[in-house]
Amino acid sequence: MTVSGAGHRGLGLWAAALAAYAFLYLPLLIVIAYSFNDSRLNAEWVGFTWHWYDVLLHDADMLAAAGNSLLIATVSSLAATVLGTMAGIAMHRYKIKALTFMAMAPVAMPEILLGVSLLLFFIQILNLTLGMLSIVLAHITFSIGFVAIVVRTSLAGLDDSLFEEARDCGASPWKTFRHITFPLIMPGVVAGGLMAFTLSLDDFVITFFTAGVGVSTLPLHIYSMIKIAVTPEVNAVSTLLMLLTLTMIVLAARIAPNVLRWKT
Amino acid sequence: MALLELKNVTRRFGSFTAVDNASLGIEAGEFFTLLGPSGCGKTTILRMIAGFDLPDAGQILLDGKDLADTPPEQRPVRTVFQSYALFPHMTVAQNISFPLTMARLPQNEICQRTQETLKHMRLADKADKYPRELSGGQQQRVALGRALVSRPRVLLLDEPLAALDAKLREEMQIELINLQREVGITFVFVTHAQDEALALSHHIAVMRDGRVEQVDEPSKLYGFPKSRFVADFIGHINMLDAQVLEAAHGHTRLAITGLGEITAPPVAGISAGAKGAFAIRPEQVRIGIHGEVAELKNHFPGEVRNLLYSGDVTVYKVQLAGGSMLEALLPNSAPGRAEFFEVGDAVRVGWRHDAGVFLHE
Repeated sequence: MTVSGAGHRGLGLWAAALAAYAFLYLPLLIVIAYSFNDSRLNAEWVGFTWHWYDVLLHDADMLAAAGNSLLIATVSSLAATVLGTMAGIAMHRYKIKALTFMAMAPVAMPEILLGVSLLLFFIQILNLTLGMLSIVLAHITFSIGFVAIVVRTSLAGLDDSLFEEARDCGASPWKTFRHITFPLIMPGVVAGGLMAFTLSLDDFVITFFTAGVGVSTLPLHIYSMIKIAVTPEVNAVSTLLMLLTLTMIVLAARIAPNVLRWKT
Repeated sequence: MALLELKNVTRRFGSFTAVDNASLGIEAGEFFTLLGPSGCGKTTILRMIAGFDLPDAGQILLDGKDLADTPPEQRPVRTVFQSYALFPHMTVAQNISFPLTMARLPQNEICQRTQETLKHMRLADKADKYPRELSGGQQQRVALGRALVSRPRVLLLDEPLAALDAKLREEMQIELINLQREVGITFVFVTHAQDEALALSHHIAVMRDGRVEQVDEPSKLYGFPKSRFVADFIGHINMLDAQVLEAAHGHTRLAITGLGEITAPPVAGISAGAKGAFAIRPEQVRIGIHGEVAELKNHFPGEVRNLLYSGDVTVYKVQLAGGSMLEALLPNSAPGRAEFFEVGDAVRVGWRHDAGVFLHE
């Protein structure tokens, strides 16, 4: 956004924007700062150290939990992207209210409800041993709706005659999807997949219910750590999580420009 | 046999009948227009020819073969949409070559035909631009190029000029006429603008409420409308309530309500006593103070009530003795004809015995 030389009004807007950004980012900055603090307490700044990252790298439980989280996030976001994209296209094309409702319900439903119902479903209906598989299935379930919303929104912004024109040009329905629909909704698909990834990465409640005993994820592990005490190791792992998320966003922005170029 | 034929085509959406038992014959190489107000079913017909929609009843035949089981991508028919529907993520050249790629033509032929079309459409210097970087007229040429590159039998155009401003629209009209003549492909054009239809078409089908009211050449349609609706929809026309006094072989005598007797051109299939309207175009109505109007077969006294001067012509609204109003249009170019009447002038209006048309109800 550009700021015109509108004098006082411009200044006021800048101040408000600054305050809003400070509110959002100051806590994050503090977490980052204290991950480098040479003290066991998150109370005062003592000095700079890499110590907590060193601790982190030698914490086998933490590394295992992180590995689980990444694996679950990757698998569940990929699956949710495929299914959610299909759902989004169907919602756009058929305009059946029940369809939309069914895809969206897990988004609006309280997480605790979804967690409990999935737990019962896995144990009593599927007779499944809780673990990685149950977590992945649960994450796919709540991610589909988010991807579907984003995909449907990007479809709604397109002229429907584009798809008819493609058919007119001799493209079969599948070729129309490959050459026209998919490239045009690509930004939405990428954004939806990214959302699914981050949602999976930081989900606590649903994971808590569907994880069982043997498997832990990063949020579950961090929670179990702070039950004892908030050590700066938690700050360090949070900082790394932030870094990962940020990298994902930058990555998506680098993939997207080719597709985003036509968008004004 | 007509190239494209619609036989008793009906299409319903719920309780609404969009196209009602429509039959049309479109000849090879002609510029055919579907004209009518919005909601008259003209776009639905176009979509059924393209294959995006299917008739509930009736047939659409191309070269005598029913198209019902042919999906849109296999019909030798191309559509230019009102929005142009240019693929925003492709360059001009990619847009134009898309149908050729889909047809799996060899790469060198795709290249050659794309280049030809780019040149033909005067877009050679725009080949690598994206659609959003082009003006409205250029975008339209891309859409036309993309439609023509695959050499279809029929080109369907859905109000392609509606989005353009008046000046550009006239230019594009001339381009369309020339293009159609050059490529010799059958054009089926949909519009609600009667002036556009008259200017472009070889034949026009006037539609109303899903039905085809009249199919004719532009001049026939304008000169000899067959219904009140067509007469009113195409151009301006005066309408006077009338009853047939005598239906003779060479002429018709009519009684105009509140005015008197006139002689009108003959109408087939009516007899004395039939009621309807006498319709006459403003430019066929003569107006004068002195004798020349009185020499015409039909003439009546009246008084100028309004006049609209618009440069090239002036429209006079004359109130006749019976109370009805009549519009007369006089060109301001012809010397000796450009009499300027004033509001309140007592004048005589008249018209030739072969002017106007009786519309039976």
